[in-house]
Amino acid sequence: MMSVALTIAGVTLREASRRRLVLAGVLLGTAFVLLYATAFWLVLRNAPCGQRIRPCSTPFQLVQYRTALNILTLAGLYVANLLTLATAVLLPVDTLAGEISSGVAETLASKPIRRADIVLGKWTAYFILVVGYLCLTSGGTLGAVWGVTRVVAGGPGFVVPGAARGLPIMLLASTVMLTVSIAGGTRLSTVTNGMVAFGIFGLGFLGGWLEQIGEFVVQTPLAREAIRDVGTVVSLVTPADALWRLAASHMMPPIARDLPMTPFSSLYPPSGAMVVWALGYVAVALVVALRRFARRAL
Amino acid sequence: MLALVAPTSGTGTVLGARIGDRAVRARVGFLPEHFRFHDVLTGRELLRFHGRLYGQRGASLERRIEELLDRVDLVDAADRPLQEYSKGMVQRVGLAQAILNEPDLVFLDEPTSGLDPLGRRLVREVLRELRQGGTTVFLNSHLLGEVESTCDRVVFVKRGRTVRELALNDPSAALWVNLRIDQTGPRILDGLAQFGSDVSRVDGVVRLRVQSEEALPSIARWLVDQGVRLFEMGGRRPSLEQLFLDVMGEDQRPG
Repeated sequence: MMSVALTIAGVTLREASRRRLVLAGVLLGTAFVLLYATAFWLVLRNAPCGQRIRPCSTPFQLVQYRTALNILTLAGLYVANLLTLATAVLLPVDTLAGEISSGVAETLASKPIRRADIVLGKWTAYFILVVGYLCLTSGGTLGAVWGVTRVVAGGPGFVVPGAARGLPIMLLASTVMLTVSIAGGTRLSTVTNGMVAFGIFGLGFLGGWLEQIGEFVVQTPLAREAIRDVGTVVSLVTPADALWRLAASHMMPPIARDLPMTPFSSLYPPSGAMVVWALGYVAVALVVALRRFARRAL
Repeated sequence: MLALVAPTSGTGTVLGARIGDRAVRARVGFLPEHFRFHDVLTGRELLRFHGRLYGQRGASLERRIEELLDRVDLVDAADRPLQEYSKGMVQRVGLAQAILNEPDLVFLDEPTSGLDPLGRRLVREVLRELRQGGTTVFLNSHLLGEVESTCDRVVFVKRGRTVRELALNDPSAALWVNLRIDQTGPRILDGLAQFGSDVSRVDGVVRLRVQSEEALPSIARWLVDQGVRLFEMGGRRPSLEQLFLDVMGEDQRPG
């Protein structure tokens, strides 16, 4: 019954709030946004053009200026994405594993409810927290860019193109990690689950970089293709980093795609099929979590 | 019984339905031995949460919560988080959550392990009320004195198997009889053997085992008929601890 899952989600959210997880997230997220806004303001004020008193006068300057704004926004979003991914892994790492080892789950499962509702309730609660955190950090980044450009340059603030497509993909990446962390908790102890979930996250990160290094460093076409294949396989196993590159490809100007080896550029951004793969990944990981928790001894 | 662990083999039923049946679990309560709950919740919130898991809502749930908080003597602490509770208080709120649904059957695993004598008395009273209300209380405990004062029936389980099941305080159950009499010769001892078994004489007291206390008047009458002067006669059932040792065997390793 959906109401049972919502009841469990409600208690999980209340627990997160009373354990000051929400407060910590809001404070750190706000600190990140403020720091980013300050750095962005300093960079913009000292740029060759783009201020009220020194507007970019030539079309070339204007393109340069807007490209720089775009890259700087992506730099902020990159960190926001990393923070949200780490939060998505760490927040729920103890939720099932901890309650199983402490015995809290034993009393819950004795009630006339499906065990699946416990998992779904917790997943829903943490999904809401991750959405909130992503809105704070990424929304804050976009808001900071918009606000600072309005103040420093005058006129309408800068809005990164493709944000409406990029942000949901970033959310999907965090949802993948959140689901992996919850699924691991149905089987593994808290510490092991944390190690595994973070390991999977790191693997994807490495896979993405491997692909880029292959593109720019390896000269032999065959070796380059082999490295790209390794990167693709890693992306399929752990799609979070590939999803970031896909999100970034939606939000960057075409000219920036050719920049060598930045966290946002990729000569071969993942195709849209990666979104379908990641959605399926979340669904399968969730089903695995539900089945494992339904069968395990408490 | 609550499908918390999958069976290695076999099947079973609880309240007439297969083990784990959700409709039956709505009629069952449970307090585990290692009771742990969401300790950021207050006692009242915890009961509300567990009540909702039982499908309870609204005013009737709130009434039941107040009733139980009062019953387990936690009204004063109802709005404090469980983090601030003592072990005994958590155990009492745990007992309350186990009987929120007015269960037909309640499983209590060592329900008095964290309680002081007053708390134990409170739990005994709650159990007595449950029993009077028609609830079957399934008490799992190593505190045999607690079991003796609470339970009607006892089952000894050894390595996962029932090795003995017996009724406590059953007038028809076997008991030991001690007799202080002035004649303890072979004629009297042999004659007493017709009423029971294991007749012996220790320090001038004759001891025998009889099948039920119904035998006591007959023994007294027979002794008087034999011209024996009877100074004292007492029937005593073996303690549960003695029964435990008898059933499990003295060679059993400590659990």
